Amino acid sequence: MIHIVKKEVSKTRDKILIRVGAVLAALVLSSIIVAFAGANPIELYIGIFQGCFGSIHRFGATIEKMVPLLVLSLGVMVAFKMQFWNIGAEGQFLMGAVGATLVVRLLPNLPLPIMLLCMALLAFIFGAVWLMIPAFFKARFGTNETLFTLMLNYIALTFVTALQYDFWKDPAANGMPKIANLPGNALLPSISGFNLSILFTVIIILVMYFFMNKSKIGFEITVLGESENTARYIGINITKTVIIAAMVSGGLCGLVGMFQISGVSGALSIEITGGLGFTAIIVAWLSGLKVPFVVMNSFFFAILLQGASYIQTAFQIPGSVAEMVQAIVLFFILGSEFILQYRITSDKKKREVA
Amino acid sequence: MNNDYVVKMKNITKVFGKVKALDHVEFSLKKGEVHAILGENGAGKSSLMNVLNGIYMPDEGSVEVKGQVVNISSPKDALDLGIGMLPQHYKLVEAFSAIENIAAGSRRTTPFLNKKKILDEMGKLIDKLGMDIEPFKKVYEMSVAEKQSLEIFKVLYRGADVLILDEPTAVLTPQEIENLFGIIRRMVSNGCSVIIITHKLEEVMEISDRITIMRKGTTIQTVKKSETTPQELAGMMVGDVMELNVPFLEVERGEKSLEVKSMTAIDRNKVTILDNVTFDLYAGEILGVAGIAGSGQKELCEGIAGLYPIKSGEVVFEGENIVGKTPEKIYEMGISLSFVPEDRLGMGLVSSMDIIDNVLLKDYRNKKGLGISRVVSRGKAELLVEKLNVSTPGIENHAVSLLSGGNIQKILLGREIALDPKLMITAYATRGLDVGSSQIIYELLNAQKAKMKPIMYIGEDLDVLMSLCDRIMVLCEGKVTGIVDPRKTSKESIGLMMSGVMDEGEEQ
Repeated sequence: MIHIVKKEVSKTRDKILIRVGAVLAALVLSSIIVAFAGANPIELYIGIFQGCFGSIHRFGATIEKMVPLLVLSLGVMVAFKMQFWNIGAEGQFLMGAVGATLVVRLLPNLPLPIMLLCMALLAFIFGAVWLMIPAFFKARFGTNETLFTLMLNYIALTFVTALQYDFWKDPAANGMPKIANLPGNALLPSISGFNLSILFTVIIILVMYFFMNKSKIGFEITVLGESENTARYIGINITKTVIIAAMVSGGLCGLVGMFQISGVSGALSIEITGGLGFTAIIVAWLSGLKVPFVVMNSFFFAILLQGASYIQTAFQIPGSVAEMVQAIVLFFILGSEFILQYRITSDKKKREVA
Repeated sequence: MNNDYVVKMKNITKVFGKVKALDHVEFSLKKGEVHAILGENGAGKSSLMNVLNGIYMPDEGSVEVKGQVVNISSPKDALDLGIGMLPQHYKLVEAFSAIENIAAGSRRTTPFLNKKKILDEMGKLIDKLGMDIEPFKKVYEMSVAEKQSLEIFKVLYRGADVLILDEPTAVLTPQEIENLFGIIRRMVSNGCSVIIITHKLEEVMEISDRITIMRKGTTIQTVKKSETTPQELAGMMVGDVMELNVPFLEVERGEKSLEVKSMTAIDRNKVTILDNVTFDLYAGEILGVAGIAGSGQKELCEGIAGLYPIKSGEVVFEGENIVGKTPEKIYEMGISLSFVPEDRLGMGLVSSMDIIDNVLLKDYRNKKGLGISRVVSRGKAELLVEKLNVSTPGIENHAVSLLSGGNIQKILLGREIALDPKLMITAYATRGLDVGSSQIIYELLNAQKAKMKPIMYIGEDLDVLMSLCDRIMVLCEGKVTGIVDPRKTSKESIGLMMSGVMDEGEEQ
């Protein structure tokens, strides 16, 4: 019999070697597929690089993909740190966008700064409430938050569908099921493709770094996540901590909803999330729930996303091939995590140890 | 009863690391008998049975089952030989009914569930044993006793005729225990043999035919019930008083600091876990608390610290009743609790954090504002490492879980002492420590006592309790069975009190 055994902590040098090896292996395997699709792999990889950094405009597009993913990952990270498995970033994202849109619909004539502030505030609240519901039920009745938050995604999605196809349908869109575009006073100002959400994101990164590493509540969240018993023994108010963590986690995800409609899509629709709420889970996890690594990995993922969309148009290869390249790289990186943490032994050896 | 031996274990030795869990143990089980294994915690009772059940492989020795030398390497092997062990924590699927739980994993089950067939077989067994199992009742609707019956039934259904019960009565009410004993007797009269692990003397005297006493990994003796007395058993269980190098410090005891008046608490299963506990604690004394594990020690500590709900009674500290205050408030009043759980971590320390952060756990609230600062904690951590001689590669970025048990305990205790509490409650402070590390901990406690601090010390080792403490309070099933002066009491009589026999001459 073959057994999988947990390894001791690897050395930093081994970690780097294994990760670099994984990326290289992924690129080799991708090359085969790309070659079958009729493109030159080397050119393609250079293409990905150019697609992400080749011009100010393209770099802007990369950053635009990074911003929502980064903030979502930070949000997810807070909940994960407490071992509260928030799989509902997708739903909180959508509900945040609903909250922001609601401000515009109720008070369409606010001046731009106040408008943006109100939109951000309501987006935060909507996202926060969307996660505080399962948090409350978990703290009070011990429900399973994984299922609960997952299900709330579908409720949020269906709710936005109903808004788009019925309640908030734009009468001026000739029967097209879409929600009206936001007016100019509700759009984030931008300079050559870089909109104001980037500045907000920088602030969020700094605040979250302080929150997770230097604040009392962040410390309490970490302790609670590590051991509920210890939290109880040192007198942490568990319900309060859970609710605050859920508020921050859901709130950040909700805020992304505002960034996205106000900075990128220009209107609320069921397509705005693009599955980023789920990708954020991978980013947060790969980053070991540490803020600097979340920033780094979000950037890496943004390159994959932007690179894939660029090579589709530049090399005329099918979108599915670009997605395969993306998936293979991801698969190898995730696979290398396994090698970093476990080793495989045979039965005989284990007996001797035991 | 005939003299056929169904199980013979010879010369069994099992070593974990440096600890000898079993040291040349002999054990035999006759056909059709109830054989009790008696011993304190850590005597090796469960380890021995885990060897028989195939969970541990012995390092030395042989096991004979029904006359043949066998090699049992898994519980499945054991079951093939007719040996079934009832787990201490039941392993049932909550959402399944009784019959589904029985069918699950049984090799007699066909791919498609033939409920009628199982039901017939169940009916026969139920009649034979007089068990009370409703086949279609879901497990989550069952009481603890019903779950236990179901577990017993499951093992029997799979063809076991040697049944091992590990502390089966710990979670049962007296009536349910009677019921269980009825089932055991009927099983025996149907040809089964039963091994029962316990530390309750009265139960041993009631149910068993023979008794094997274990202590510190060795068998002391196997006796027939008809030829022994509870007193003799208690004596063998605790052993002779050992000379330990635990210094007793002579201190003139001061004022009364803590007064606990008829404290009563119930647990989740509505079982009374603390029953009218009353005692005083004075400045400059160490009050030992002795008792078999699970006699209410944990609930007593947590009850005083505000972590366990108290149903009735008072806890008066410095003239104020603290029942109902939050743990935070009680901690601020100067009551410190350091509880070393079985796995050492998880109650008071965070295993993945470094020493600084673990010191910070008790410090971070003292700083005003939203932030935390590690400056003060760093200084304290450095001092703690230096003063208590903690061996660690560093106080930063080195998780405490990577340290040895002794060092972890020094950090936990050292942190509490550094806070200069008014009252120290410490439980199992030397659990699993070697002699040297234990010595340091005793000295720390004595130093606190010399500073006229009241200390409550919950311990496992009677020898240590007897030489360290001014008085010993004995708990049994949540009741105080005696508060005695260890210098005027024999170890044997404390052993009896631990087993539920009340102290006659209450010296208080």
